[in-house]
Amino acid sequence: MLSFPIYLDNNATTPMDPRVLEAMLPYFNNKFGNAASRNHAFGWTAEEAVDYAREQVAKLINASPKEIIFTSGATESDNLAIKGVYEMYARKGNHIITVNTEHKAILDSCKHIEKLGGEVTYLSPNEDGLINLADLEAAITPKTILISIMYGNNEIGVLQPIEEISAIARKHDVLFHSDATQAVGKVPVDVMAQNIDLMSFTAHKMYGPKGAGALYVRRKNPRVKVTSQLDGGGHERGMRSGTLNVPGIVGLGKACEICMEEMEEEAARLSKMRDHLETELLKIEESYVNGNRDHRLPHVANISFKHVEGEGLMMGIKDLAVSSGSACTSASLEPSYVLKNLGLDDDLAHSSLRFGLGRFTTDEEVEFAIDHVKTAVHKLREMSPLWEMFKEGIDLKSVVWQEH
Amino acid sequence: MAYSEKVIDHYSNPRNIGTLNKEDKNVGTGLVGAPECGDVMRLQIQVNEENGIIEDAKFKTFGCGSAIASSSLATEWLKGKTVNEAMEIDNMAIVEELALPPVKIHCSVLAEDAIKTAINDYRTKQGLEEIA
Repeated sequence: MLSFPIYLDNNATTPMDPRVLEAMLPYFNNKFGNAASRNHAFGWTAEEAVDYAREQVAKLINASPKEIIFTSGATESDNLAIKGVYEMYARKGNHIITVNTEHKAILDSCKHIEKLGGEVTYLSPNEDGLINLADLEAAITPKTILISIMYGNNEIGVLQPIEEISAIARKHDVLFHSDATQAVGKVPVDVMAQNIDLMSFTAHKMYGPKGAGALYVRRKNPRVKVTSQLDGGGHERGMRSGTLNVPGIVGLGKACEICMEEMEEEAARLSKMRDHLETELLKIEESYVNGNRDHRLPHVANISFKHVEGEGLMMGIKDLAVSSGSACTSASLEPSYVLKNLGLDDDLAHSSLRFGLGRFTTDEEVEFAIDHVKTAVHKLREMSPLWEMFKEGIDLKSVVWQEH
Repeated sequence: MAYSEKVIDHYSNPRNIGTLNKEDKNVGTGLVGAPECGDVMRLQIQVNEENGIIEDAKFKTFGCGSAIASSSLATEWLKGKTVNEAMEIDNMAIVEELALPPVKIHCSVLAEDAIKTAINDYRTKQGLEEIA
């Protein structure tokens, strides 16, 4: 039985796994203690739960539990990584390298650094979303303290060559941070093997609760430190003050444990399902996949349907919850900067939909989605003047448009 | 953001989708907007040359639901009006009728532009001067 709307926006957030909720519940009521209360059983119980979660989280990314700093989520982790490194390593330099397809939490933190007098290089990826390693290496200066490049992109799912990036960072003695929000729990992430120095991630993208995330901060080879951005009780080894969100952290831990056990099978299932969805949707004339198809998260497909506007299309597929790169979804009227920075024309960016499959997506839902999208694209093309002109053989680029 | 019932109605059952022969002397065509802005409207009117009454109106729109609804509504309003009456259609009337939120007002502006462009195209073909 299908129930509507069908949720295919698992890159925005994921539903909680019932097993995660179950693990969290006691920490909302009878196990309510403050993990920092050292002198009674309530505090010990909470501390024990946090310690256990820290182990679960560390295990998933092959870190040591002491290297996990709990935060409120990936945005906070990104802010702490960028601003914290900038402040801590001010004596060494003031230059950061990132990519213009990063999440706003990175880009806006970098803009903040620029206001403080820091220097930031924003690399442009290739058309397929992958960065050019030669560009990265060329951007490094003696003042460079940090390279921040995301693991898997939130809009197109492209996976960056993390090992090659970290090798370059190591070679030049520069720290490497990765926003791995979309990747942790979906693909194998190993901070040791991949030489990642700092890494952000969050529970709600892997079937855990909102409001709980972590920053991995390497303790050995090299020992990395970040300046705290929240002052207070000195929690989390002095890097992040604030009473720990015990139920959230327990949820993050449980979510990591489940991913650890089920990720491989789940990724295989989802990539098969995604490939089927993509193959079917690409049968629609003038449809294109955005981003590299070989180096990609298993559960994401970003497809542009030429001459159909994304928001109009979303309205036509109201039984599906997906995202669009179209401008109209935001007040700015600007289409997705990620797609634009791949070099996509604005009209193709406006015509894109992102499908994010997840743990609870069924084959039946995907079949429904395929039919629903095909019908809607057909209907909208029937009413699209661009489609008619395209069919008449008019080169749309040669038309003089009356822009607003 | 939720759409109003009227927007949904026009989107689901668009009135007067189609194409008139833009070469005909009594057909005026207005093509406004740009693909890179996410909105392109093409609105056409077919005018009775005897009495100046718009006998038929057709549209095709590339855009969001509000853009489609604005142009669909415009064609409904155009039919039966004289060219001069049609010139008076104001975008705010479209905003009101469709209960468009502030971020969608540009859709109604585009529809008004499409109407005026179509009328002026017709006037030019008739040897009349364009009206601003």
